[in-house]
Amino acid sequence: MSSLAEHSVVGLCIPIAERSATIHSDQYRLPIMTVTAPNTVTTIIGLEVHVQLKTETKLFCGCKTQFGAPPNTQVCPVCLGLPGALPVMNDRAIELAVKAGLAINCDIPPMSKWDRKQYFYPDLPKGYQISQFDLPICGEGYLDIPDDENDGDTVRIGITRAHLEEDAGKSMHDEASGTGDTRIDLNRCGTPLLEIVSEPDMRSSAQAQAYLTQLKALMIHMGISDCEMQEGSLRVDANVNLHINVGEKKIATPIVEVKNMNSFRAVEAAIEHEVVRQYDVWQETGKTIKEEPKTTRGWDDTKEITFQQREKEESADYRYFPDPDLLPVRILREQVEAIRSTLGETPDQTRDRLPGQYGIKPYDADVIVKSGSQMVVYFERVAELSGDGKRASSWVQQDVMRTMKDRQIDVSDFPVDADKLGDLLKRIAAGDIDNSRAKDVFNHLVDNDQSVDEAIQSLGIESVDSSEIDALVQELLDANPKIVEDVLSGNEKAVGALIGQAKKKNPNANPQVIRETALRIIKSK
Amino acid sequence: MFDSASEILSLQSSGEATAVEIAEKTLAAIEVSQGKHNSFTHVARESALAAAAAVDAKRGSGEKLGPLAGVPVAVKDVLCTRDMPTTCSSNMLRNFEPPYDATVVQKLRDADAVIVGKTNMDEFAMGASTETSAFGVTRNPWDTDRTPGGSSGGAAACVAAGSVPLSLGTDTGGSIRQPAAFCGVTGLKPTYGRVSRFGLVAFASSLDQIGPIAWSAADCALMLETIAGFEPRDSTSLETPVASYTEALASTDLRGLKIGVLRNSIDTDGLDDSIRAAVNASTDAFKELGAEIVEVDLPHSNYWVPTYYVIAPSEASSNLSRYDGAHYGHRASDIDRNTKDGPLVEMYCRSRSEGFGAEVKRRIMVGTYALSEGYADEYYNKALKVRRLIKGDYDAAFTQCDLLLGPVTPTSAFKLGDKIDDPIQMYLCDLFTVGANLAGVPAISVPAGFDAGGLPIGLQLQAPVLQESRLLFAANAFQSITDHHKHRPSC
Ligand SMILES: [Zn+2]
Repeated sequence: MSSLAEHSVVGLCIPIAERSATIHSDQYRLPIMTVTAPNTVTTIIGLEVHVQLKTETKLFCGCKTQFGAPPNTQVCPVCLGLPGALPVMNDRAIELAVKAGLAINCDIPPMSKWDRKQYFYPDLPKGYQISQFDLPICGEGYLDIPDDENDGDTVRIGITRAHLEEDAGKSMHDEASGTGDTRIDLNRCGTPLLEIVSEPDMRSSAQAQAYLTQLKALMIHMGISDCEMQEGSLRVDANVNLHINVGEKKIATPIVEVKNMNSFRAVEAAIEHEVVRQYDVWQETGKTIKEEPKTTRGWDDTKEITFQQREKEESADYRYFPDPDLLPVRILREQVEAIRSTLGETPDQTRDRLPGQYGIKPYDADVIVKSGSQMVVYFERVAELSGDGKRASSWVQQDVMRTMKDRQIDVSDFPVDADKLGDLLKRIAAGDIDNSRAKDVFNHLVDNDQSVDEAIQSLGIESVDSSEIDALVQELLDANPKIVEDVLSGNEKAVGALIGQAKKKNPNANPQVIRETALRIIKSK
Repeated sequence: MFDSASEILSLQSSGEATAVEIAEKTLAAIEVSQGKHNSFTHVARESALAAAAAVDAKRGSGEKLGPLAGVPVAVKDVLCTRDMPTTCSSNMLRNFEPPYDATVVQKLRDADAVIVGKTNMDEFAMGASTETSAFGVTRNPWDTDRTPGGSSGGAAACVAAGSVPLSLGTDTGGSIRQPAAFCGVTGLKPTYGRVSRFGLVAFASSLDQIGPIAWSAADCALMLETIAGFEPRDSTSLETPVASYTEALASTDLRGLKIGVLRNSIDTDGLDDSIRAAVNASTDAFKELGAEIVEVDLPHSNYWVPTYYVIAPSEASSNLSRYDGAHYGHRASDIDRNTKDGPLVEMYCRSRSEGFGAEVKRRIMVGTYALSEGYADEYYNKALKVRRLIKGDYDAAFTQCDLLLGPVTPTSAFKLGDKIDDPIQMYLCDLFTVGANLAGVPAISVPAGFDAGGLPIGLQLQAPVLQESRLLFAANAFQSITDHHKHRPSC
């Protein structure tokens, strides 16, 4: 990250007193103004975002990357760092990283390389992490985010770089056993991460939030990452400090890198907390960036405070050097252009297009777009086949997404493909099947690899011909003269009572048809 | 015993001996030699006999046999074997058994070779005398008070002793060629990337290469043909198809071949007179075979050893980080939980202190320093620049000639204990060999005579990248008119 001293401050300046009023924290007293002229404070925020790339296999071996497998079952000699094992680069990770880079307008240099970042930790079995030091896969870029000050405008956030690296494993400290033992799960070890480093261009926690939201939507939409913070497939570190104007002088407070934030809300809260805390510390100690360039703090989600992680900041020397086991990565212009041609619409463009094309609400379009481009493709196919965008939207959002969530599956693995669902919804529109029977068919299809016809047959659903319905309704009306009277005296809703009875006699009878038939017979009398 | 791997193959095909008989004979010879030379860290008697029996059964049922069927082979203990320990001659891995075979080991098995055991070496291949082994020194069969060289000391000694016809060594800075020279056998370091490194426990990844040690260039060709080739599991492996090395030996006519003599090496002050004489005599032999002799120079050769001793330890310091006691290998017991830095750091420090020997620690420290912030530009990055110049020297030299000729070592085998306390003297053993590793070119050490004390002398030939055929062709021609390689120690 470029030095803050060199960075020109063009952000939004709010007097500290005004800003403090928006901070919901009782951990710190509000800053007391000790100088007569109000100090203007600018918050400087840069974010480092790790996204886990959605590859089938790890970055340097053939192990699966699936989340939630039993500990140490997705490992091999390579990711275990056994003697003699060698890494082999996963081309798909390169492709996704380039795609991500293009989505955030990065330069893709013709050559990048792999370096070893060396440190000892039990969840890092080789004693080094394969990362990228001076030649990252993606160079400078930017992301435009909505401007919360001026509706409709955007703010441009610079991207410094984005580089690929392998993830470490997980250490679980076993407090319960009383021995202080640590258990290591290396399933995650070697999964591909793209670290996207922004310029210190954000000026408020709201902007940080907007940047993250925008980035996440983009990554999901492009199929680059699932971005599940809870599963660790999206991680955020925030670099925060303040530029304080005291009269003519501009003072920069030491940069604090905040780690361990597990939600966007936490990122927002941590930044807000840091603004107040850093201002307080500066008032107390007068310490600036010159005396203490950078420290690392953790985020405590329950107390809503940041805390110092180490007593004394040790300057880590990672002794980066080019990994001799891997060749430099050469990316041809044609490859970049081929990947660029697969980018398609941005999420914003899709979100704007769907309501007009399918007659759905902007809110619904947003939900579908946020679920990723594969979901958009699924929805559009269902909408086209069924000829009813609204019905498609409601089924996709309710039945499809709920089942996906319950069963933890991707839309690509969803057992009821878009063609089947489109077929089913078309039959509802044609009145061949009623909504509740259609749900039965849907649920049946989730568990059985059948066509819609086969499912209908398996469930014993038959279409009932109109003479049968006429006879059935006539029989019921004869048995319920009260209903006939009520309808004739203007209460059409009374026929509702017939539907349940009709269904009992013939479960395949369509409620809408029964209603219409009953009204027709009564009125024709 | 036997004269060559090809003899062992023909004894079986003619029905004069079975693979089991050959294995029995070999194991008996190893047993005799082991007490005197300590060439092996592990003798795989049972699995060797089982493999030999399987070869006999295959032959009996008329099945097609591999090119090394029934040939006993020794494997340096830095190559992973799934049914034998892989110790790197270190206490760190004393009890380590890998769950997989190195690619070269798998290829030997596929070729129906009979793996008889793992050979002793300098710890993690760091050394030039096999004295840094945690399993005791290996002794030179020509004089048991002397070193067989290193780091592939066991690999060369077991061939020299006559017990095994073929042996796999590894060469990072001369570790195949120097022991081959000291032991009077033939050893070849292939082009970097010609033989897959998958399963080779890394010392310095950009320099390490696996190669054969044998009684002759012809046997080296046979073994190299089996182990060479592209492999996707090693990203630095080369995709070029493997030439038929044995076919390259059909002729011994060197007319049209231009050999560049490295005059500066031969005139080096530190070179023993007997070696100088042997190298000069070999030049005459090549003339006799029809080769044209020219003189060439590799101008940056003075920088070879310093460059090597920055790059190799730097990579080693990183490669050896994984031995931290956390996942496998030696872990210190009775960790004090109340030390200043906490139990984890204590466990790391003590496990590594106990598991590694002095030379390994020295190189880890040198490498760590050379890669440190503020020093990397002065050492590691500068060494990379010099390495490019050294490569350039080779490229230029090979525009003037087809092969380079010079000595392998400045002296013949030195006495055990002579240099072990003087690392600089030990490092100078690599004076003539590290150039090939830094440039990635293939090189071979061929027996070229004996000094006054009756110790073998080696001759080095180096070829352009992927020209192993040319190297073996010339070495084989040389061996067709000389008999240095046929001498055996009277051990
Ligand atoms: Zn793996």
